[in-house]
Amino acid sequence: MSLKRFLSAGAIALALPATASYADKANDTAEIVFMRDLDNPDLYYSTARSAVIAGFQAFDTLFYRDTETGEYVGNLATEWEWTDDVTLKVVLREGVTFHNGEAFNADDVVFTFEHFGGPDGVAKGRPGFNWIESVEKVDDYTVIFHAKAPFPAAMAYLAMSNYIYPNEYYAEVGSSKFAEKPVGTGPYMFDSIDPGKGYVLKANPNYFEGPKHKAQIGTINVRTIPDVNTQLAEMIGGNADFLWNIPEDQAQKLQSSGRAEIINAGAVRVGYITMDAAGRTDPEGPFTKKEVRQAVSYAIDRQAIKQALLSEANTVIDSACNPVQFGCETDVTKYEYNPEKAKELLAAAGYPDGFTTKFYAYRDRPITEAMLNMLAEVGIKTELTYMQYAATAEAHGKGEIPITFLTWGSGSITDVSAITSRFFKFESRDDARDEEVKQWLDEGDSSVDPEVRKAAYSKALKKIADEAYWLPLWTYSINYALSDELDFVPTEDEVVRFYDMSWK
Amino acid sequence: MVRFILTKLVMAAMVALTVSIISFGLVYMAGDPAIALAGETATDEEIAVIREQYGFDRPIPVQYLDWLGNAVRGDFGISYYYNMPVSDMIFSRLGTTVTLGLCAISFALLISLPMGVLSAIKPNSLLDRVAVFIAVVGEAIPSFWFGLLLIVLFSINLGWLPASGSDSWQSFIMPTIVLGYYATPALMRLTRAGMIDVLSSDYIRTAKAKGLRPRKVLFKHALRNAVIPVVSLAAVQMGFMLGGSIVTETVFALHGAGFLAWQSISRNDLSTMQALILIFSMFYIVFTFLADVLNAWLDPRLRSG
Repeated sequence: MSLKRFLSAGAIALALPATASYADKANDTAEIVFMRDLDNPDLYYSTARSAVIAGFQAFDTLFYRDTETGEYVGNLATEWEWTDDVTLKVVLREGVTFHNGEAFNADDVVFTFEHFGGPDGVAKGRPGFNWIESVEKVDDYTVIFHAKAPFPAAMAYLAMSNYIYPNEYYAEVGSSKFAEKPVGTGPYMFDSIDPGKGYVLKANPNYFEGPKHKAQIGTINVRTIPDVNTQLAEMIGGNADFLWNIPEDQAQKLQSSGRAEIINAGAVRVGYITMDAAGRTDPEGPFTKKEVRQAVSYAIDRQAIKQALLSEANTVIDSACNPVQFGCETDVTKYEYNPEKAKELLAAAGYPDGFTTKFYAYRDRPITEAMLNMLAEVGIKTELTYMQYAATAEAHGKGEIPITFLTWGSGSITDVSAITSRFFKFESRDDARDEEVKQWLDEGDSSVDPEVRKAAYSKALKKIADEAYWLPLWTYSINYALSDELDFVPTEDEVVRFYDMSWK
Repeated sequence: MVRFILTKLVMAAMVALTVSIISFGLVYMAGDPAIALAGETATDEEIAVIREQYGFDRPIPVQYLDWLGNAVRGDFGISYYYNMPVSDMIFSRLGTTVTLGLCAISFALLISLPMGVLSAIKPNSLLDRVAVFIAVVGEAIPSFWFGLLLIVLFSINLGWLPASGSDSWQSFIMPTIVLGYYATPALMRLTRAGMIDVLSSDYIRTAKAKGLRPRKVLFKHALRNAVIPVVSLAAVQMGFMLGGSIVTETVFALHGAGFLAWQSISRNDLSTMQALILIFSMFYIVFTFLADVLNAWLDPRLRSG
């Protein structure tokens, strides 16, 4: 624990005998506190999680993923059909209006995909658009998507972050004015935005009866407070109803204060160690040897780290994906903690006395150090390079990293193509460069038959585990803090749905 | 005097330039801005598009000169994240930071001058010891923690002041105390040392011998001379207050330029970060320059240095 965390925890502990007044329920206003602000309310210019969250409240996508069943259902779409592997015909919901009164129709859909995703599209994060060749208007309430190639994860993207924008309003006001007063069809409407500070949402009284239900709380006031301790103080003082992403030790303090309910819920993000099996840093490097990679896998006691440093909802994983993702084969080779076996494997690989390597990481320093100690115990001495994410990702992409501890959130897409296919298909951050794995992943990524996909991904994930290209570590979880008046059930896709919140 | 001012001006400009070159380089060492900007899930292709779109693929010296050329004309570009002109964003928030800085330096002077004078009148007395203790604590206590203690006391336990935000004058009270307390020790020590020095000088002895009332000797003769270096130190501290309020503003979510600095640093928002670094260093340079000029004006011996 750093000095800052230690001192802060002590200060918050002093605050326990406080008296607090909760007045938010009376005003029908939920006070939401986030660490990061909504950088650009013209959401396609943002790649931040805060934009996805705002998007879910104020906008709608064509489809919606039922978080309980994992099935895709219509949202702004009512019917749809894949007429062949690359053609998706969608019938749109009639009678929906945007917050400014503009009627929703096929022109809005075509505009959204052409303006932000077309060849000259301006969207900053584009994985949701890359698969689309064109979008064609058939009539006012029918559109056809033409895919560049079969893309089975299309529904996952269409349901996550392709919010439908009002074409007439956007053309009239342009991006910067739109960012001042964004207009969607969603259950909440933007009431005001104070850039950098926060925003206020009001319930949309005309919201249609769809899979996302009507807002239950009249006003949502989202504020940005970067310091976790100040956030906790606001919660203890009764000025916040909802905090998100609270570190585990702080969450436990808050829980014991009796001033908030802590819910620890799973997330799509997973942690993993990747090793330079392809020899990009050094063609003769230790990690090019399978035994060394397996030794690393046996050397790290993931269960012990989970118990000591992570929380209940974190699960140790063995496959290079999150088990909630479609196609994530979990019946793969497992590496239980076995330091003796790790030493034997190192000796067999020609390193009876171990070796020294650089180790890169960008987050979770205590966890990183615990893993490094475990590696040292079997003879793998490490020099830790701890950097910002962008710097680590850059070095990794250039093939300059022998071994690193990273995490991946898959953009909350619950499909293996959003993780395994991103790292094992010879992109810059592929440390394995395994032709066979790539072929299987290509097969899974391009078939629309779920069984064919599962079988292909299964083969790829089994080989990744056999070869120990990655040591998959655990799934991450998120601590949500709720005031004792607020009712909310988090979902595993890390998208906070304000319209799911209600007063107790 | 003119030559002195010109020399100092040239030096100030050199310092500003050096600071901006170093900070530009450091930002690049912290990672490729295109990767940060594209977001975690971006593909290699998308990152390449952004790199080209924002000109990150050009050599760093070229990018720097391009930036500098625009900055000199007052154009700090567009924030990569907020998609707004950087200068608009900074100037809309500077008011909060300047207000906080002025409040904090006033608070610091209000505390440090009387305490410095009182402890100089009776050096090594209990009062002096208390003053020194307060100064040492002020120097040693991390401002984020002091801020948190105040929040615990005034926001949670007593419920008197808001823990965060910048919407009311009450929001400025705790940040003022935190930031002002940080500047207090140096000002107090200088006042105390100056007063002790002046009080033992010949002209004070003469004034006392002439039978002037002690209060008049203290305030009219002694303090006026002892306070000269304090004024110039206060100017330097003011530069600190304006550029160094990042932690305080972040702890209290006070919506000023310091908070913006935290936001842009945590997101690798290159254009905003560069502009803020330049502005913060300019604050410091301008106030240090003013202090130098003030000192030289008051004490001709310094002009030759």
